Amino acid sequence: MNYNWNWGILITDPYFGWIISGLGWTLAVASCAWVIAFSLGSVIGIMRTVKHPLISTIGAAYVEVFRNIPLLVQMFLWYFIFPELLPEEAGNWVKRGMPLPEFWTAVVCLGTYTASRVAEQVRAGINAIGIGQRQAARAIGLSPSQVYQYVLLPVGYRTIIPPMTSEFLGIFKNSSLALTIGVLELTAQTRQIEEYTFQGFEAFTTATVLYIVVTFIVMAVMRVVESKVRIPGVISLGAK
Amino acid sequence: MFDQFDYQVVIDSIPFLWEGMQLTFLLTFLAITGGLFLGVLLALARLSHIKVLSFVAGSYVNFFRSMPLILVIFWFYFLVPFILGRPVGGFYSVLVAFTLFEAAYYCEIMRAGIQSVRQGQLQAGQAIGLSYKQNMQYVVLPQAFRNMMPILLTQAVILFQDTSLVYVVGLHDFLVNAEIVATRENRLIEMFSTVAAVYFILCLSFSLSIRKLQRKFSV
Repeated sequence: MNYNWNWGILITDPYFGWIISGLGWTLAVASCAWVIAFSLGSVIGIMRTVKHPLISTIGAAYVEVFRNIPLLVQMFLWYFIFPELLPEEAGNWVKRGMPLPEFWTAVVCLGTYTASRVAEQVRAGINAIGIGQRQAARAIGLSPSQVYQYVLLPVGYRTIIPPMTSEFLGIFKNSSLALTIGVLELTAQTRQIEEYTFQGFEAFTTATVLYIVVTFIVMAVMRVVESKVRIPGVISLGAK
Repeated sequence: MFDQFDYQVVIDSIPFLWEGMQLTFLLTFLAITGGLFLGVLLALARLSHIKVLSFVAGSYVNFFRSMPLILVIFWFYFLVPFILGRPVGGFYSVLVAFTLFEAAYYCEIMRAGIQSVRQGQLQAGQAIGLSYKQNMQYVVLPQAFRNMMPILLTQAVILFQDTSLVYVVGLHDFLVNAEIVATRENRLIEMFSTVAAVYFILCLSFSLSIRKLQRKFSV
């Protein structure tokens, strides 16, 4: 095993810049995709708890479609196929006119995929609230949408903070799939460093450490958030 | 707009796609087998009263769970030939990566399954005089197994989908073979929609049977 260790390579030009920019893209893809995942996932999740057959079926169908196709295939569908299915002008804009097409494609793909997972968590959070609370809210004269707004969602979201944290970390890790359509995020950059310098250990260790550090920071922050918003006297569902 | 599509190309390439699908199946099967074996050992270590063992197993799990699978694949694609000192071909490197990665997830599923059995059951077993081994064998594990079976199977579906990531090192699995045809024949829409449909049908039917099984087997 002959290996020339050279940790210094990591802080030499241009490799240091590659790592920093890679980390930046990873965080950018993950955060933007999370906005879609959280908002769309909440809507779909709520749709699945509504007592209306059509609405809950649409919600269920969304979840099944996005969960049963590999994320990488979805990435290719968004990147190669989606622009072709649009009217010609719109398709051309997506392919060429739009700024950062690869970045936004990855964001939409990860966002819509994770939305299906977030939806399941939101649904579980709402369903975990006893039927009594729903009935009590109706009994005091709240309208169905007020029941969600003032009773189900505030309680439901609090109970699903731990699994939602896992979903965010999932999107953060899955952002590495953006490299398949050409986004130079963290994994892609370290792979590139390995190919240029043959210093695979140093390059991949850097990526590993950065992923672990971000994971720890997110978990620490979310633990604080969870304890801040906890409803006194309620045991959280947080067994994850 | 659909009249310009030519699905003949899909039919013509079925043998080639099937070759790829066989690699996908083989990789899934071997990684599940290896991952379960290693996962059981890890779960036992993690629940062990020996502090060092549970610490090592816990660190292993946390380590692999905070890394993206693609990075793990790159790591072992680089590491396996390096450790062995000779090129071994992508398949074995990727198999090692998937096995070690899945083991971390299987370990957590099994740990949660064992812990989901209520304490009272364990104590009742002790009270009627069962040894630790008997207690595990006749009381805890049968219930734990029923609890975790659906989740283990769901994880298998996820693994089946995740094997498509061998794309990043160019192994000829189902997706890569479809992509080769797609670019060669310039039939991207036909090939990718077929790939998506095939994965969807396979995964959905398997997920639905898991749910059926779950209703039948739940304690």
